[in-house]
Amino acid sequence: MSKTLFDKVWDAHIVKQVDDGPDVLYIDRHYIHEVTSPQAFAGLEKRGLTVLRPERIVATADHNVPTLDQHLPIRNELSRLQVETLITNCRKHGIGLYGLNHPYQGIVHVIGPELGFTLPGLTIVCGDSHTSTHGAFGCVAFGIGTSEVEMVLASQCIMQPKPKSMRISISNRLGKGVTAKDLVLYVISKLSAGGGTGHFIEFAGEAIRALSMEERMTICNMSIEMGARGGMIAPDETTFSYVKSREFAPKGAEFDSAVEAWKQLKSDEDALFGQEFTFDASDIAPMITYGTNPGMGIKISSAIPDEDEVLPNDRKGLGKALAYMNFERGKPIAGTSVNYVFVGSCTNGRIEDIREFAGFVKGKKKAANVTAWIVPGSKQVEKQAEEEGLLRILEDAGFALRQPGCSACLAMNDDIIPSGEYCVSTSNRNFEGRQGPGARTLLASPLTAAAAAVTGRITDPRTFL
Amino acid sequence: MPEKLNIIESTACPLPVENIDTDQIIPARFLKATKREGFGENLFRDWRYNADGSTREDFVLNHKKYSGKILVAGRNFGCGSSREHAAWAIYDYGFSVVVSSFFADIFRNNSLNNGLLPVQVSDSFLQILLTAIQAEPETEIRIDLEKQTISIGETGQSESFGISSFKKLCLMNGYDDIDFLVSLKDEIHVFEEKTGRC
Repeated sequence: MSKTLFDKVWDAHIVKQVDDGPDVLYIDRHYIHEVTSPQAFAGLEKRGLTVLRPERIVATADHNVPTLDQHLPIRNELSRLQVETLITNCRKHGIGLYGLNHPYQGIVHVIGPELGFTLPGLTIVCGDSHTSTHGAFGCVAFGIGTSEVEMVLASQCIMQPKPKSMRISISNRLGKGVTAKDLVLYVISKLSAGGGTGHFIEFAGEAIRALSMEERMTICNMSIEMGARGGMIAPDETTFSYVKSREFAPKGAEFDSAVEAWKQLKSDEDALFGQEFTFDASDIAPMITYGTNPGMGIKISSAIPDEDEVLPNDRKGLGKALAYMNFERGKPIAGTSVNYVFVGSCTNGRIEDIREFAGFVKGKKKAANVTAWIVPGSKQVEKQAEEEGLLRILEDAGFALRQPGCSACLAMNDDIIPSGEYCVSTSNRNFEGRQGPGARTLLASPLTAAAAAVTGRITDPRTFL
Repeated sequence: MPEKLNIIESTACPLPVENIDTDQIIPARFLKATKREGFGENLFRDWRYNADGSTREDFVLNHKKYSGKILVAGRNFGCGSSREHAAWAIYDYGFSVVVSSFFADIFRNNSLNNGLLPVQVSDSFLQILLTAIQAEPETEIRIDLEKQTISIGETGQSESFGISSFKKLCLMNGYDDIDFLVSLKDEIHVFEEKTGRC
């Protein structure tokens, strides 16, 4: 029988099928961090269980760490305790930890691929919804809750009903100044914040094939913002050359034979998907969100929509969202004054994102009204930015690079956008209060963030290109 | 281990907002704990309280007329992050059931793993339910897990809801997945050997 890419990877990991129940799925990689793991380890100990396969777990501290002065003890007592608890748990159970001040520390979804832990065809879970990022390599990767983290610690398996499949094909190529972030915000604005629920989405088509791995990760990362369990892209030469020579990836003959197996990871030509959608890349323009869920996105040249212009799902909530965001129906969004810009997160905190931002601001100056937080996704991204001369470009334009962490994406640390302020943010969620109580998030690409940072307003980056 | 669930009869709190995300249920700044308990205090924190800590009288949990073990909310409940703290907070506050016409996947799993029952009903039944509760806050709602039905006290209007028989068995007996998975140790080991994983 014909199979989708998703079927192939999922089915190869089934340990047992439970009648009218979930599949018992074997997990190849388990990523953990300080916020969603402590209760799982505590639960394990309470039951008198141990970690079954510590060598399959990779740990880092990211959600709750400061992005300045990381060499100093964490000031917030609760944050410090969480990070220390992770260290204790990893030591006790023999788990590899890339914690604060380690040269490989960073956002879990940035370091996994960067270090070669994420490889095509694996099953990957993490107590974080953006685990979908790793689907860019043709992995079945999804976010789980803490009870499920405990299950995987104890058994290296998880119980999940098999999701349905969906394919989203993007024909043609993206235009100049239009990025992968715009592509995914566009798709979410068409299918809504719940449009992918219950599904694994395969992204396909010419526009997807033309993307780099960093861009593909941005797309799969945001598939959860449609409610999907995960996103996937079939591995190809772009994938193999990214993976090759990564520290923990297979080497030499082992790599070559792995590539042969990875080449099989694609949907059969006649495979059937539960749902199929096709979009044209030439219709996609720089996007920005105006509301309080990631489906509330518009082209940056558009006006704030009215009830009859939004998806049926968002109609009832539009008034509440616009009141929170202080936007008026019918008014253009471009030109809105912005005092905060955030570049970073597991969505857009990779080296290409920093490169894109730096390339744009080169030779320009940060607008006086703007506070910009540029947060690399990992220590390696930070190092590379310095080696490539990006740091110098940023500094010359009046920007500084902070230290790696999730930062203002979820504002668990001190990186909090003040109440009432707009923030053009390269992160993934524009929920009420996500970046701090009362903060108003405008999701966009690193290029659009750069345009806002130098003009102090919402600006179409293409006007500078 | 979660408590056993079967029949729940209670009044309910109506929250007719769609796309309620986990950042509203429990904002990230309250996720710093290393224990499972105590999150109920900050459930819907920024909707329940003003910045100065005073209560917001316009929010349903602060209305004296509404109470009970059942939360009835709009479509796409629990979207966003995977934080299980959202399910813990709702349970810790005192709810045993969340009724909505659509649940986000991870939230649904997290709830089921904590003895919090997600009951998915049709959009039309959700409307009937919300209208009944808002018209008469004393309305008793009855949920029968074994029969998989939800019914409205006075009128007797009812609808059935879906749940996998495995999860139903777990909830009704207070079992959890970990006990089951650990019992599969030998099969897991066979899988690892067969697929060259050890």
